[in-house]
Amino acid sequence: MNIKLKALLKSPWVFHLSTGSCNNCDIEILDCLTPRFDIERFGMLLAGSIKHADVLLITGSGNRKSIERLRRLYEQTPKPCLVVAVGECALSRGMFIDSYNCPLPIDKVIPVDVYIPGCPPKPEAIIAGVVRLIEKVKKSAAKK
Amino acid sequence: MIYIFGFLVFGFLLTAIIGLFASWIDRKITARIQYRVGPPLLQPLIDIIKLLGKETLIPIGASKFVFLSAPIIGFTSVLLVSTLLWINNIYYDKSFLGDLIVVLYFLIIPSISIIMGGFVSKNPLASLGASREVKLVLSYELPFILVVLVAVIKSGYTYRLRDILDFQIRNGFIVRSWSGALALIVAIICMQAKLALVPFDIPEAETEIVGGPLIEYSGPGLAIYRLMKNMLMFTVPFFLIIVFIGGARLDGIYLLYGVLKYIGLVALMTVIRNTNPRVRIDQAVKFFWGPVTIIAIIAIILALLGR
Repeated sequence: MNIKLKALLKSPWVFHLSTGSCNNCDIEILDCLTPRFDIERFGMLLAGSIKHADVLLITGSGNRKSIERLRRLYEQTPKPCLVVAVGECALSRGMFIDSYNCPLPIDKVIPVDVYIPGCPPKPEAIIAGVVRLIEKVKKSAAKK
Repeated sequence: MIYIFGFLVFGFLLTAIIGLFASWIDRKITARIQYRVGPPLLQPLIDIIKLLGKETLIPIGASKFVFLSAPIIGFTSVLLVSTLLWINNIYYDKSFLGDLIVVLYFLIIPSISIIMGGFVSKNPLASLGASREVKLVLSYELPFILVVLVAVIKSGYTYRLRDILDFQIRNGFIVRSWSGALALIVAIICMQAKLALVPFDIPEAETEIVGGPLIEYSGPGLAIYRLMKNMLMFTVPFFLIIVFIGGARLDGIYLLYGVLKYIGLVALMTVIRNTNPRVRIDQAVKFFWGPVTIIAIIAIILALLGR
């Protein structure tokens, strides 16, 4: 594994995007930064601007208006970047699967690296998901 | 020759290492104050390495040359300042007349590079942050220069950092007099604004204008800006240590004293940063041009009276 990827995994800065969620997943994500869980131990920070981010955390069901923004934000993220879908809505549109306003699941729009299920997922589940993401990147780098 | 050596080893390498370490101390103390664990020791360095390996995005309509050269201008000026300061502490005879003025000028250029980068980004939030930075520079520069004048007056009207240091070795630290103590307090407040730490982090208010002037920077540009800020976290306190608290030396017990002075200043900065709310830009300008400037003028009058 080259030093670039190693450093990326040691300090992933997270940009947090809600594509029409009910805010529960977003609150759980913010919980990860609180003293009880403190993901800054692993070098993770919440980035304010997409240009600073390495990981795109997506919550919500992806409605017609926000899908466009999601695509544009993904294009603006400096590569290499990783995408994580958090919560049932982002995985499979949840209870909005038959809604007229949610035509596509998020992984049909942009490539998603790791899915974190739950409605909402606990902070422990989110941290476990990030660990899974890091292991996945390590494995795919080892294959190459 | 000695200048090139000093530039590379002390100005760049040592300053960068100490600056990164200081930024780790800052983050760790912040975390401990909030009952968190905080990042590991190498985290600031890993952040920089990661940013160097990422893609550079240039916004449409931004001038490519200015956008990419702004971080380098700021970084170079910090390098020059730290080299000058180290040379004054280590190779006494190599300093020149008027280097105090040179240092004061070069310490403004990092702010100017941030202003350039913000205005060229073609982003409304970045422009807003840059215009706030302009106002902040205008407000804190006046008291900062006034309090540096206190040290100049005390040490017999010299504009040479080495002479100020010699005066302090012979007659005791400038901060021991009434005027020096007042001046150091004002200088610490101005340093907080110069480093854009919390009571005066108005230009890059993360919760209002998400990072301010640096919002469009990604990859190596952002890495250079971060390294510049980390090195400023060493350079500005070091300047205050030289002017008011007698400098640092690399031999024997004096090395320990120098380290203690520096860590004390960094810890003070971090505690101020963690126990204060952010002020508005108009409040900051009023604060610096009102009470802070008056205290600075009182310090100058006391210094002229010889106290």
